[in-house]
Amino acid sequence: MALLEVKDLKVRVEEREILHGLNLTVNEGEIHAIMGPNGSGKSTLSHVIAGKPGYEVTDGQILFRGEDLLEMSPDMRAAKGVFLAFQYPVEIPGVATMNFLRTALNAQRKARGESEYSTPDFLKKVREVSKSLNIPQDMLKRGVNVGFSGGEKKRNEVLQMALFEPSLCILDEMDSGLDIDALRIAADGVNALHSPKRAMVVITHYQRLLNYIVPDIVHVMSKGRVVKSGGKELALELEASGYAQFEDAA
Amino acid sequence: MNVAVAKTGKGRAVSDLFTSAEGRLPGSPAVVAVRREAFETYERLGLPHRRIEEWKYTDLRALVGEVLPLAAAPDAAALKRAADAVKAHAITGARKLVLVDGVFAADLSDVKALASEAGFGTSREALEKDAGLLKTASTDAVIALNAAMATDGVVLSIADGAQLSAPIQIIHIATAASASTFTRSQVKVGNGARATIIETFVAADAKAYQVNDAVIVTIGDNADVAHIRLMDDAPDAVNITSQFVTVGANTKLNFFNMTTGAAVSRLQGFITLAGEGSELLVNGANLLQKTEHGDTTLVVDHAVPNCVSREVFRAVLDDRAHSVFQGRIIVRPDAQKTDGKMMIRALLLSDEAEADNKPELEIFADDVSCGHGATAGALDDSLLFYLKARGLPEKQAQALLIQAFVGEAIEQIADDGLREHVIGIAERWLERRS
Ligand SMILES: Nc1ncnc2c1ncn2[C@@H]1O[C@H](COP(=O)(O)OP(=O)(O)OP(=O)(O)O)[C@@H](O)[C@H]1O
Ligand SMILES: [Mg+2]
Repeated sequence: MALLEVKDLKVRVEEREILHGLNLTVNEGEIHAIMGPNGSGKSTLSHVIAGKPGYEVTDGQILFRGEDLLEMSPDMRAAKGVFLAFQYPVEIPGVATMNFLRTALNAQRKARGESEYSTPDFLKKVREVSKSLNIPQDMLKRGVNVGFSGGEKKRNEVLQMALFEPSLCILDEMDSGLDIDALRIAADGVNALHSPKRAMVVITHYQRLLNYIVPDIVHVMSKGRVVKSGGKELALELEASGYAQFEDAA
Repeated sequence: MNVAVAKTGKGRAVSDLFTSAEGRLPGSPAVVAVRREAFETYERLGLPHRRIEEWKYTDLRALVGEVLPLAAAPDAAALKRAADAVKAHAITGARKLVLVDGVFAADLSDVKALASEAGFGTSREALEKDAGLLKTASTDAVIALNAAMATDGVVLSIADGAQLSAPIQIIHIATAASASTFTRSQVKVGNGARATIIETFVAADAKAYQVNDAVIVTIGDNADVAHIRLMDDAPDAVNITSQFVTVGANTKLNFFNMTTGAAVSRLQGFITLAGEGSELLVNGANLLQKTEHGDTTLVVDHAVPNCVSREVFRAVLDDRAHSVFQGRIIVRPDAQKTDGKMMIRALLLSDEAEADNKPELEIFADDVSCGHGATAGALDDSLLFYLKARGLPEKQAQALLIQAFVGEAIEQIADDGLREHVIGIAERWLERRS
């Protein structure tokens, strides 16, 4: 059974159809890349998978291990193992990062019927992960993303991903705003999570990221559809020739 | 008299309240005369109602109806229940002064430990001497009623230069159902003194009771005072508290109030900045749910130049709760260079909740910087979604954001342990949400 199956998905935002029948199948262990011009619907797809309100699914299905994802609340999806690293992570003043991480991790574990982490175990885990991602401890004392630089916010998303150990990781433009060193560290973090049981969907505009996180399959999205899929060489092709060739196909 | 009977609407003569209680009210003959006069004032005015400007949004005749009879003095069983409540609500390290059903309970209090650092007596003792405690510059009906009926309270006096090593916590415990308590306390803080005073209002199994409390606070010069009031009375109780605060020169007063209980409550504070160079910080948080009505009415009177006042009032309103904030800043003609700001922030968790705000500036000096602002809104959907996408169920995601909102007020409490205690009360309020 596929880990994620998006079938003929049609989505509207404020009366306007953004996704016009999108298909995507992701199996355990695979790394997928989604590329496509601005406004082609990449973030919309990721939001609908995560369960963000404001999107109307008018047709199609999203199955996660065969279960209807669209029937689940966002927190349920998270507990089942869906994780979206946001393109624009929000700032949450007054909610300390540490408290947030622990509350979220334990909420997911509780929903899955697992025991909650003890404080020392939790702290140990956070320390390990944040160290490997080069995230200073005092950043974790601040409000969630409050005053974080663009790159720090992205690293904080990868940190959460590493902590929650989801089975499907969707990374929406993780590379935007990261300097070259930070990109390498974040990509290493993502690669470290890669396992035969876990799949990654990497949304990006730049082939460069795919040198670090090497995809099995590259999809081109245009105007709300996947218009072409291929191997990692497709990314190089896009880098050379741009999206113009696909505009008509859509 | 007939008029008074009509006012209660329940056939009980208003004066019964007083005559049936009079035998229990402490006081010399002179004090009795003052009480009688106060009661006559109350009888004449009756419970405040919406046609009285200051009570426009908190119509006690409609919300409360009548004043319940005076609670009996606590018996052994009541004191035992109160002792359990003290355990549950005492702040670690604080020196406790406990009032049970309006009567000082020496056995539950830390009078000895306190004696080395502050002067202490009961209001009962003070009233056996003279009526000084009963006099305040207000003709408000609930204050007059308090003067007439006050059974007890604490009289604290912190000497010049005293640096209290531990906070003092005055704990009001209600054990009697369907009865009223009237307490009146006095706190004097000397020049250069440093003190933290906490007031806690809780129930020990009591239901549907009424609290009418009055506190008179006088702070000298160069003092540093933290005053924290935590009103967590039973959900069907009534709490009306009146505060009269006078602040000397170059003094810092940090006042924090949190309302998490009572069906109907009002805190009315009259704070006078009477000495130059002082700083007043007020942070209020009214956490209201169901059909609770919570009113904070504060008058900050800048009587002299060069004082700063900062008031931030927060309300978290769920279900059909109703919050009222009336804030008046008065700047007297002499009070040049006054810096007075007032901010009202409401977090609406339900469409049916209601917030009435009435900020007023009465400025009679020309070289001042004063202002007020207000915001009201729901929880931010994009923040809620972020938290839910990380696995937090709706209620828990809301709770984190509400805590963050209230936390901005709680942060103003300097002491770590005290802050944790207050956060705990807010968390219990969140758990009560349906
Ligand atoms: N809330 C919204 N209201 C109106 N239009 C929206 C909304 N969200 C997305 N859209 C529109 O949907 C289209 C797809 O947007 P989306 O953010 O999914 O694109 P994207 O492929 O992620 O682009 P980018 O590469 O710039 O991140 C755009 O035309 C956008 O304007
Ligand atoms: Mg996007």
